[in-house]
Amino acid sequence: MAEIKQIVMPGDLISEELGKPRNGVYKNSDGKYCSSYFGIIQKNEQGVDIVPFSGRYVPRRGDKVIGKVLEVGPSMWPIDINSTYNTLLHMNDTPWRTTSGDIKRFLGVGDYVYAKVMTLNEIKESWITLKDVGLRKLEGGHITSIPAPKVPRIIGKGGSMVNMIKDATNTRIVVGQNGLIWIDGTPEDVIEAIAAISIVEQEAHTVGLTDRMEKYLKERSVK
Amino acid sequence: MGSESNIKLLDENGIRLDGRTPEQLRPIKIETNVLERADGSAYIEWGGNKIMVAVYGPREGYPKHTQDIEKAVVKARYNMAAFSVDERKRPGPDRRSVEISKVVSEALSSAIMVEQFPRAQIDVFIEVMQADAGTRIAGLTAASVAVASAGIPMRDMVVGCTAGKVEGKVVLDLSKEEDNFGQADLPMAVLSSSKKIVLIQMDGDLSLEEFDQASEMILKATDNIAEIQRNALTSRYSVESIGDGE
Repeated sequence: MAEIKQIVMPGDLISEELGKPRNGVYKNSDGKYCSSYFGIIQKNEQGVDIVPFSGRYVPRRGDKVIGKVLEVGPSMWPIDINSTYNTLLHMNDTPWRTTSGDIKRFLGVGDYVYAKVMTLNEIKESWITLKDVGLRKLEGGHITSIPAPKVPRIIGKGGSMVNMIKDATNTRIVVGQNGLIWIDGTPEDVIEAIAAISIVEQEAHTVGLTDRMEKYLKERSVK
Repeated sequence: MGSESNIKLLDENGIRLDGRTPEQLRPIKIETNVLERADGSAYIEWGGNKIMVAVYGPREGYPKHTQDIEKAVVKARYNMAAFSVDERKRPGPDRRSVEISKVVSEALSSAIMVEQFPRAQIDVFIEVMQADAGTRIAGLTAASVAVASAGIPMRDMVVGCTAGKVEGKVVLDLSKEEDNFGQADLPMAVLSSSKKIVLIQMDGDLSLEEFDQASEMILKATDNIAEIQRNALTSRYSVESIGDGE
């Protein structure tokens, strides 16, 4: 039934010549371009990318992510964003007027935030900020997660997939670029939404998924 | 190795105890994503070997003094269950498993793009539940699959095999009896497409010609094993395995 994209393994030859270096592609000792991930080939106008099936999130500046507060420091919160390295949120990068020492009034251990990656440096340290439209502490709701490389599929073209799930299940959903997803609604609706998201996750490598999801969600709402 | 015995390991037609020809592998089966909480995992059955591998990471390296500011550290831990061998194995790390952990870590480091993750560590847990000769190579072959399924960038897959000498003849993929009563054992692992050697050890004696013959046999066998690795990884994403959308 569902058509799938071409699957490659680490070390598989992608192309003899590629020009610009692309995501998930490296040049081996013979000067040929090979895959560095187990994933699918994605071709577009700029070139060929390898999209892995799983893996940790790699922060990029400007990405909006969902993070979990790990600790409360004197002026910073170390935050887990499902990446290899933890990130930091400084009290000056929040909309709250805080003074050093009592920042746990605003965010405690285990709280979730929807934040933007602000700075990155060479040694993989990063800082996030809450100072932008729509960025906030996530209160209530439920958190679920998917592998970060599959986030574009959950969002869909121009947000089509996530909007469809939102409308069909009557929930509020925030998708972080790092694969963490916040869902708010009645418990039954949240369970419905998580079920829909896990189907998208499992079939992320297939073609024509949005149409099939539309059918699936319609059948669900009839029941 | 080389101990006296009256077991006939090869019959007059050159057929081995388990009915294999000298160049025949034992049956291999690999399954991926068998563990829910691990970032990547694999289960391998290679002849009588039953091994589970779990991969976690890359994550921040602890304890801190083990971090490398230039690259990720691969921490493989090879462990045999107490019930994995005929006579109960005393649990815990011993001289042998520490050595295997070290050589497997080094073999994987040469395939994984460790330079992309400074200060991080990648944990690889290799749990041998049933041992039947060639566990280090079976564990490493499964570990490579588990690392790939965890979405960790690699230059190439690692694939290995053993060869050895029994009754003066070079044979591929030693069984337990051949390992115990044979004259030599040569485990070897390579990067699957470039055939660069990442692990080689030898127990017992081989002449130069025998060594060449054995390593050639292994290299030929790695192509088949690499194909099994590929099928294990891709099968769960093939068309048949996709649910019908319910």
